[in-house]
Amino acid sequence: MEVARVTRPADRAGKTAHEVIQSPDFKALVRKRWTVSIALLALLFVTYYGYILLIAADRPLVSQRIGAVTTLAIPLGIGTIVAAWILTGFYVWWANRKYDPEVERLKGQLER
Amino acid sequence: MIPVLAAGAAPLQTSLGRPTAASIGFFFAIVVLTLIITYFAARRTKTSSEYYAAGRSVSAAQNGLALAGDYMSAASFLGISGMVALKGYDGMIYATGWLVGWPALMFLVAEPLRNLGKFTFADVVAFRLRQTPVRIAAAFGGIATVLFYTIAQMVGSGSLINLMFGIRYEYAELIVGVVMLLYVLFGGMLATTWVQIIKAVLLLIGVSVLTVLVLAKFGYDPTNLYAAVVREYGQAALEPGGLVSSPVEAVSLGLALMFGLLGLPHILMRFYTVPDAKAARKSVLYATGLIGYFYLIIPVVGFGAAALVGRDFISRVDKGGNMAAPLVAELLAGTPFLGFIAAVAFATILAVVAGLTLAGASAYSHDIYVSVIKKGKATEEEQVRAAKTATVVFGVAAVLLGILFKGQNVAFMVGLAFSIAASANFPALLLSVVWKRFTTMGAVWSIVTGATLSVVMIFLSPTVWGEILGHLDAAGKPLGIIPLKNPAIVSMTAAFVVGIAVSLLSEEKEAQAAFEEEKLRTYLGVGAE
Repeated sequence: MEVARVTRPADRAGKTAHEVIQSPDFKALVRKRWTVSIALLALLFVTYYGYILLIAADRPLVSQRIGAVTTLAIPLGIGTIVAAWILTGFYVWWANRKYDPEVERLKGQLER
Repeated sequence: MIPVLAAGAAPLQTSLGRPTAASIGFFFAIVVLTLIITYFAARRTKTSSEYYAAGRSVSAAQNGLALAGDYMSAASFLGISGMVALKGYDGMIYATGWLVGWPALMFLVAEPLRNLGKFTFADVVAFRLRQTPVRIAAAFGGIATVLFYTIAQMVGSGSLINLMFGIRYEYAELIVGVVMLLYVLFGGMLATTWVQIIKAVLLLIGVSVLTVLVLAKFGYDPTNLYAAVVREYGQAALEPGGLVSSPVEAVSLGLALMFGLLGLPHILMRFYTVPDAKAARKSVLYATGLIGYFYLIIPVVGFGAAALVGRDFISRVDKGGNMAAPLVAELLAGTPFLGFIAAVAFATILAVVAGLTLAGASAYSHDIYVSVIKKGKATEEEQVRAAKTATVVFGVAAVLLGILFKGQNVAFMVGLAFSIAASANFPALLLSVVWKRFTTMGAVWSIVTGATLSVVMIFLSPTVWGEILGHLDAAGKPLGIIPLKNPAIVSMTAAFVVGIAVSLLSEEKEAQAAFEEEKLRTYLGVGAE
C-alpha cells in the first residue's frame, strides 16, 4: 500500500489530508501567504506610523507650505489613505491571481 | 431657533433642534422602507444560520457596503466633520487612524476567520481548544467590547437626536431601542445587513452631495476653500495641532484603532454572511474603498462648515462641534437637505446599534448558551429562541444603560471598547490561527490580561482619573496615575506575551494534533461552513 503511494506521480489525486499538509507545495503556499501579508502589513506600518511619527517629530517640516496656503501635511494625510487602498488592492490582486489557483490545485489532490 | 450674528454679517439661524416637515418625512420614509425590508427578511429567517449569518447568502459587494455601514457611525460622520471644523487639520489625522485597520484586517484575519468560524470570532479561538473555558473567556471579551461601544453609541445618539429633532433624550433612546429591536428580532442578520446597506448608501450620497455643494462655493478648487479657512482662522487651521504631541501616545492610539478593528465582534461577524473566503476578501476591498472615500471627503465638509458657517456659530449650537455638517447642509441647500442629513444620521445610529445588538446577543446565545450550557447539542429551535431572547435582553439593556449614563462623559468608552478589542480579542484570535502550540490556558489568560489591563489602565488614565474623577494638577491639567490616555501599546503587548508564555508552560497535545485539520480549513477552506 505504502509502496504504491510513493510511486504515484506527485500531482496525483487521492492524497490524504495529512499528505497534502505535509507536502512541500502546501508548506510553500502557507509561507507565501504570510510573507505577502507581513510585507504588506510592514508597508502599512511604515506609511501610517511614519505619517504619525513624522508629525510628532517634526511639526515645522509638515507645516511648511507647498502652495499659497496648503501645507505639506494635507497631501501626506491624503497619501496615507490612498496607500491603504493600494495595499488592500494589491493583496486582493495577488490572492486572486496566485493564491486561489494554488488552493484549487491542492484541493484537487485531496481524496474525496 | 438660535439666531446668532456670524462674523458681523447677516444673522445666521437654524431650524436644528425642532422637527421640520422634511426631517420627519425623510425619517419616516427610512423607517418604513427598512421595516418593509425587515418583513421580507423575517420570512427568510428561520434557522440559526439565517438568524446569525443571513444564510451566508450576502454578496461581496453587499457585505462591503454593510461593513462600511457598520463602521461609519454617527460619531465618525458628525464628530470628525465637527473636529475638522473647530480644530482644523487634527481632524484629518484622526480620520486616517480610523481607516488603517482595514488593510490589517485583510492581511491577518479576514480569510482565516471566514474559513474557521461559524457565527462568532470565539468559534475560531475555540476551534481546537477546550470549548468551555475558551468560549467563556472569548464571550466575556466580546460582550465587554460590544457593551462599552453600545453605551457610547446610545448616549451619543440620545444627545444627537435631541439636538437635531428636539425630541427628549429618554424618548430618543426608546425610539432607537424599539426600532432597532424590530429589525434584529424579526429580520435577524439579513434585515440588519440591508439596513446597513441602505444607511451606507444614503450616508455616502448625503456626504458626497454636501462635499460638492461646499466645493461649488469655492470654484471646485479645494485650495480656495483652504485659503478661505486660513483667512478666517489663520494658517494654524491647516497645521497639525495638539492631537499628536507625544509619539508614544500617538502610536498607542494608532495601535488601538488599527488592531481594535480586528477584534470588534460586530465587524468580524459580518464575514460569516458571505459564501466563502474569496468573497470575504473582496468585501474588505469594497469596505476599504468606501470608508477611505468617506474619510477623504469628510474634511472638505468640516473645512466648509468652518469657512461658511463659522466656528463661533457651530460651537454655540453644540460645544463639541457635532452639528457642523448639518449646519453647513442647511446653509447651502436649505431645510429640506438638513432634514435629509438629520434623518440619515438617525438611520446611522439605528443601524450601528442594531449590528452591535446582534453581535452582543450572539456572544451570549451561541458561545455561552449553545456551546457551554448545552455542550453544542441545542436543536435549531432552541438556538433561534436563545438568540432572540438574548437580543431582547441586550436591546433593553442598551436603552436602560443609555438612560442611566445620560449627560455623562462616555467618549472614553469608545477608546475602551477599541482597547479591549485590540488587547483581549485580537491577540487570542491571531495566535489561535497561526501558532500550533497555542493552548486553552494561553487563550484564557491572554484574554483576561488584555481586558483587565485595558479597563484598569483607562480608569487610571488622565481621561478618567483626571478629567472625569477630577484629579487635576496645580495648572488645572488632568492627572493620571498612568500617564497614557490609551493603553493599547502596553495592554496588547502584554496580552501577546502572556498568551505565548502561558501556552509554553501548559503544553496541550490535543490542540497541537488538531492543528493540521485547522490548517486545512484555514488555507484551503476544506470543511468551512
